[in-house]
Amino acid sequence: MSRDSAASAPGQPGSRSRPVGRKTTSSFWARFSEGWLLQGGVQGSPVLRLFMRWVRRPLLPVMRLWRRNIQLKVVVTTLLMSLGVVLLLGFVVIGQVRNGLLDAKVRASESQATGGFGVAEQRADAAASAGGDDGSSTDERPVQNISAWLSDLVESLSSGGQGAFDVVTLSSSSTVAGADSGGRGPRSSGGVDPATSVPEDLRRRIDENTLPAQSYTRIVYKTGQDSQPGLVIGKQVNDPNRDPYQLYYLFPLTQEEKSLSLVKGTLATAGLFVVVLLGAIAWLVVRQVVTPVRMAAGIAERLSAGRLQERMKVTGEDDIARLGEAFNKMAQNLQLKIQQLEDLSRMQRRFVSDVSHELRTPLTTVRMAADVIHDARVDFDPVTARSAELLADQLDRFETLLADLLEISRFDAGAAALEAEPIDLREVVRRVVSGAEPLAERKGTQIKVVGDHQPVVAEADARRVERVLRNLVVNAVEHGEGKDVVVRLAAAGGAVAVAVRDYGVGLKPGEATRVFSRFWRADPARARTTGGTGLGLSIALEDARLHGGWLQAWGEPGGGSQFRLTLPRTADEPLRGSPIPLEPRDSRRNRGLNDAGLPLGGTQKLATVPAQPHGEHGVPPMPPRAPVAPRLAGGVDPAALPGNGARVVPRPAAEARAVATAPVESGEREEPGEAPSEGGAGTGEGPDQLKQGEGSRGR
Amino acid sequence: MKGRVLVVDDDTALAEMLGIVLRGEGFEPSFVADGDKALAAFRETKPDLVLLDLMLPGRDGIEVCRLIRAESGVPIVMLTAKSDTVDVVVGLESGADDYIVKPFKPKELVARIRARLRRSEEPAPEQLAIGDLVIDVAGHSVKREGQSIALTPLEFDLLVALARKPWQVFTREVLLEQVWGYRHAADTRLVNVHVQRLRSKVEKDPERPEIVVTVRGVGYKAGPS
Repeated sequence: MSRDSAASAPGQPGSRSRPVGRKTTSSFWARFSEGWLLQGGVQGSPVLRLFMRWVRRPLLPVMRLWRRNIQLKVVVTTLLMSLGVVLLLGFVVIGQVRNGLLDAKVRASESQATGGFGVAEQRADAAASAGGDDGSSTDERPVQNISAWLSDLVESLSSGGQGAFDVVTLSSSSTVAGADSGGRGPRSSGGVDPATSVPEDLRRRIDENTLPAQSYTRIVYKTGQDSQPGLVIGKQVNDPNRDPYQLYYLFPLTQEEKSLSLVKGTLATAGLFVVVLLGAIAWLVVRQVVTPVRMAAGIAERLSAGRLQERMKVTGEDDIARLGEAFNKMAQNLQLKIQQLEDLSRMQRRFVSDVSHELRTPLTTVRMAADVIHDARVDFDPVTARSAELLADQLDRFETLLADLLEISRFDAGAAALEAEPIDLREVVRRVVSGAEPLAERKGTQIKVVGDHQPVVAEADARRVERVLRNLVVNAVEHGEGKDVVVRLAAAGGAVAVAVRDYGVGLKPGEATRVFSRFWRADPARARTTGGTGLGLSIALEDARLHGGWLQAWGEPGGGSQFRLTLPRTADEPLRGSPIPLEPRDSRRNRGLNDAGLPLGGTQKLATVPAQPHGEHGVPPMPPRAPVAPRLAGGVDPAALPGNGARVVPRPAAEARAVATAPVESGEREEPGEAPSEGGAGTGEGPDQLKQGEGSRGR
Repeated sequence: MKGRVLVVDDDTALAEMLGIVLRGEGFEPSFVADGDKALAAFRETKPDLVLLDLMLPGRDGIEVCRLIRAESGVPIVMLTAKSDTVDVVVGLESGADDYIVKPFKPKELVARIRARLRRSEEPAPEQLAIGDLVIDVAGHSVKREGQSIALTPLEFDLLVALARKPWQVFTREVLLEQVWGYRHAADTRLVNVHVQRLRSKVEKDPERPEIVVTVRGVGYKAGPS
């Protein structure tokens, strides 16, 4: 109720006594305007709201049309305003016409009545003198005489008017109560009902003085004729006995009324025409303006949909034409720029393709020759044999490097296309692990797969996912220092994830983002024995991006690292979180230990036995993790938080939020200023990443 | 089995190197460097296998492939410098059985060639049925209601592999291993393209396949007989 009164206009006490229907409507609007925004707080009864919704529903399309259609708005506004103007004009004109008509009539009537009053007085005087001449008249005579005389007078006065007026005599009210009222009873001509036709207050006014007075009235007839408006002019006149009586002239205004209604009718018709025509004119005029605007809007939409050759039709030199010209110019420039970019991109792609071909053909020959020489090395002297070996080995490396370079440049050119289909990641992991077995055996590493007792299906490009995982697993084995490597799979929500955990040298603070940089190496001084190209993780990151997925790294110095690939379950579905936390449960921090307080043997032991309570499947994506629980408050999947400098790949909004909500903790190990710079870099390149991903997916 | 291999490549150094490797493995290579002359050379030498470079002067490799395929089911292995999907798929669709991306190792090449030639060995007499098709494995023929359907050896092998175990769903990887002879996983696009080609020949309505049925997310299987 308080809401209602607040909503209805303040200072209008009358609003409370409004009819119920209006009242509830206004309260509804109040609720609509306030409560809607406040997410409908404490509201009236649900029945009422239901009713309101029911009332409102048919109006919705109309309101929508009103909001969206400027032509309708202009036409309706024009109609309303011209209607107002026409009504105002009509009232003024009608008022003036009526005044003019009546003034003339009143003047004519007044002179007529004045003449009549004069005649009546003269006749009274004449009758009085004649009576005086009679000399001794009896007391009764004059009464009889007056009665007849009055009838006579009325008769004769009205006969002069030819029906243009009627005459009424009434006794003066001062004498009404008198004994001789019988003789001076009301008389009238033309069947006028004297009592009702003459207004009461006029009679009183005439009694009070002897001047003539007038008033408008309705003339009522005793004969059953329709009453009609009229002007009544009356005066107190003396009869031959010097007694006052009231004489009235009644002028019917039938003619004037007819004229007035004719004027009214004409005005109404004209007004209606004017309003309708104005509406039509407004419609036409607005259409002239709106049609090009609508055309421009339509063409702009088509332009943005990629149909760059669309142009507006320009006629004339007016403002609309200028709009059209400017629009077309813009479209032209846009097309030109896009064309240039496309050409550039095509050239780049073409170049890559050509380089690829031109490089590969001689390389093939060299490669084959090297292999033939290599196969025959047993016949050579040791120096030549060793040279043949080196040649073959380095050709391998060269090939890989070339392939990676071409792959990266394909991503850069936006030429990478995703061929997504439902795949079971377990299959991919199995292939990758079996492929990495020989290397793992050489390194003395065991690769364990966890979480593969249930299908982990996602729409993905098997070739690319396999490439990513191969890279991660091989990296883990190579940097794992012979300790175990754990590959963990999980699916939850709309995402699937594969995390590869190793217990090797790990990553220094800040390296978790840098590992994805091209040609980055953890230790530049370290011998490049492992033979990676330095592009593997960059390509993997691009592959993840292409899927709309994340590739993130976590690591601690000496505590190993974990790389996590998260993919949306269906292509193009945005990722919200990952089923696997980025920081593994057996990280030092999660075990409440720090670098110094941990004997190395302990690490190994704990690390190689990753105690898995096994809730990966069917568990919500955020398993509660005891020691870092406060971090979860942000509302973002904790797994997506760049805790130790992780990289959140393609969702800039999520990343920005994640960075914003994540307090810079674990400061003892992070270089100061590291976290903000990461955040900045991440958000900065976010839109770009997204654009690129979409561009290449959109084909 | 003797292997006559026609090498169609414009790069003389590579062609010579290929010749060295192929001879070393006991094949009989012959060479042609021009796409326009490839078909004539093919007719003349009647090779057991064609090694075809995609980028050729004159007619390009795709065109040559199409022409050879139009008159013979001989195995064709493409040599390509491009591993992009479009290039590979176009090559496969034009009729190549397999492709090998440059740069390749000699052993790899030889393994591919051997795998393709091995298919031509005599199989045991065997009759198979798949859908309304009757397959004579030894006679290397496929018939529908007495009407024989022409298939390349590779397509025939693919059909036979599916028909031999109609109860089994074949993943693309398994088919790659059984039909193409790949030991470890390779490009599954090979399977997709060839299944399409096979369907276009044996299905009544390739849009609604009844002989080679797709099992979504897994692979392919033979349709019910």
